[in-house]
Amino acid sequence: MLRRIRKRGSLRFKLLAATLLLLPQARVYAQQNTLDVDILYLEQRIEHPPVLSNLVSWPEDEGEQGANLAIEDNNTTGRFLGQNYTLESVIFEPDEPAKTRGERIRAELAKGARLVVANLPASVLHSMASLPEAADDLLFNAQSMDGGLRNKQCQANVLHTIPSRAMLSDGLVQFFYKRKWQKVFLIEGNTEKDKAFADALRRSITKFNLDLVESRTWIEDADMRRTASTEVPVFTQARDYDVVVVADEDQDFSQYILYNTWLPRPVAGSAGLTPVVWSPVIEQWGAAQLQSRFRKLAQRDMTSRDYSNWAAVRSIGEAVTRTESLSPADIRRYVLSDEFELAGFKGAPLSFRSWNGQMRQSVQLVHPKAVVATAPIEGFLHPLTELDTLGLDEPESLCENFRQP
Amino acid sequence: MKTQPWKKRKMQAVSAGKSAQCLMKKRPGVLCLGTLGLMLGVSSGTVSAHWAYVSNEKDDTVSVIDTDTNEVIKTLDVGERPRGVTLSHDYTRLFICASDSDTVQVMDVGNDSILFELPSGEDPEQFALHPDNRHLYIANEDDAIATVVDIETRQVVSQIDVGVEPEGMAVSHDGKYAIVTSETSNMAHWIDTATQTIVANTLVDQRPRDAEFTPDDKELWVSSEIGGTVSVIDTQTREIKQKISFEIPGVTRDQIQPVGMEITDDGRTAFIALGPSNHVAVVDRASLEVTDYILVGRRVWHMALTPEQDKLYTTNGVSGDVTMIDVESRKAVQTIKVGRYPWGVTILPKDHVPR
Repeated sequence: MLRRIRKRGSLRFKLLAATLLLLPQARVYAQQNTLDVDILYLEQRIEHPPVLSNLVSWPEDEGEQGANLAIEDNNTTGRFLGQNYTLESVIFEPDEPAKTRGERIRAELAKGARLVVANLPASVLHSMASLPEAADDLLFNAQSMDGGLRNKQCQANVLHTIPSRAMLSDGLVQFFYKRKWQKVFLIEGNTEKDKAFADALRRSITKFNLDLVESRTWIEDADMRRTASTEVPVFTQARDYDVVVVADEDQDFSQYILYNTWLPRPVAGSAGLTPVVWSPVIEQWGAAQLQSRFRKLAQRDMTSRDYSNWAAVRSIGEAVTRTESLSPADIRRYVLSDEFELAGFKGAPLSFRSWNGQMRQSVQLVHPKAVVATAPIEGFLHPLTELDTLGLDEPESLCENFRQP
Repeated sequence: MKTQPWKKRKMQAVSAGKSAQCLMKKRPGVLCLGTLGLMLGVSSGTVSAHWAYVSNEKDDTVSVIDTDTNEVIKTLDVGERPRGVTLSHDYTRLFICASDSDTVQVMDVGNDSILFELPSGEDPEQFALHPDNRHLYIANEDDAIATVVDIETRQVVSQIDVGVEPEGMAVSHDGKYAIVTSETSNMAHWIDTATQTIVANTLVDQRPRDAEFTPDDKELWVSSEIGGTVSVIDTQTREIKQKISFEIPGVTRDQIQPVGMEITDDGRTAFIALGPSNHVAVVDRASLEVTDYILVGRRVWHMALTPEQDKLYTTNGVSGDVTMIDVESRKAVQTIKVGRYPWGVTILPKDHVPR
């Protein structure tokens, strides 16, 4: 049920550390004492629902491998600074009873002030962060895109490296605006996640003043592999629209919409033109290097969730390097300050919104073989940074817990 | 890979055309004499011209520009994904980082043939040649390693573990230090060239790209692409003396990404390529103030000055061209179309151009 793995730096690092000790004393940034940075990785495995296509699959180690890569990256840097990063993984299977899971989490968090990377559902993350044991900890949410966690329910000890759905939908809709795809046809799936994504899309359509001309909920029981060509045209029948946007986060039916719409129109959202944090097709801004390092480590392509975990562990590494402190309070203060910047292979540097703990980052609009555009789309302006045109902005935020530093 | 015969033929045809142009424009006799020799099929280029070698990352070629006419006189086939290019100190050989071929190619400047390949380690990106004209310091981007190769024995002398994604390389003029910048570790690593070990690391802003020593070796300049700054580091203390930031009206800060740097021989002026902002900044060394911003092609990457220091050539990756800047007037004078994603540039002085 419960897996506990402790990963030490690779053998190569140990050998290196040994040889480094023999080197003449460096004058700049080479401490004598080793700073051990232990990061707790918490994950609840997701049980993915059955989907129609046999090609849709999710890697088991999604997320964790992103964290592992960042540990390696941190250690490669850390060996010059006398820092040693380790990741302690605590992973729960989907059928783990809530009670034992809760007890286990409490016990882990009770071990002093900890740095945690969490891959947990929104509700579990929220109750965990409210525990008295978590008061002195700093949690990085690398999985949940839930809007509430960044708004009314925000918690001072939780930062988010994965974007909210609102950031993704804003990025996509900015592109619609630029291309003058004014009239939007929305198809909403049947899961809670699909509803959340559809809500985000509706909000973005209003925000950027486009027209939602049709909004329909998907019929669940059709096997689209055989009947898409007859079902979808009828389903998407409407007088006029410029684009069809689909909210189907598990990719159950969305890929069957393409080329089958009543009017010959582009498809976006969960299929076709997709807003993502990361994708194997990204290669600009040195991304090719991150992609190849990841492939070497994990023997597969890097996903958005891998990237969000990588960004969390790298943020910790960057903060420890610059502050020379292990304290979650110091790290929180630093990453939320104007000084913090992280090169994230996506052009503009990554930073955190000081008013709700969300990581600022660009959204890539991709199809399976290429990047189509990067949002914020040029021309969408913001007094602080264009990245804040994506997602909830400070004036509309209901997050109270970040108000006092 | 050698230049294919058909390419040579094409090259001569182009040169012949150019000499006609020379006669028509009634340029100084010297020039025309040079092209006359050309017409006889002896060589190419004009006599008073240097050659600028430009690596085209996505074309697997090197374009050669005649700095007098500012035209491409030949295009040479090289290994895969050529990036860093540099010349030997006696100007007889051109070194080319063929990143995806995992090798450094050595080209005979006299006849454009690849003489041999050096064991470079995986994915070589940039390099710097030691003043001894013998040791080449190579950054291996994917492996967090710097490789030192002896050009004469063609052997790897040393491999040094550095930070994540080593990129920029520089060797001080006195030959004592080699510098590697690592993009994800955000450091400049100081390698003692006598022992081939790291003796210090200087932490700089996000994503350090290029490193350059000033002519007097008193300062090391390191550009930070994502940090948007250039760190001026004191060579004695290895600490940052000052950071230079940039501001271009109408350009967002995120677009200002300092990459390549070029410092004039007199040490008075530095040119900083600012990547996707499409500008080159001119910095006065004495005050460390930015005095000018020069608009060039899209995503300006690296630069090279002519020996007279009167012209600066910039590689513009996205627009696929090279801009020639007149140094005195600080103006972009000419755009020269080259291959796809021009990356590095180095200049062969006219006295060494084969005639």
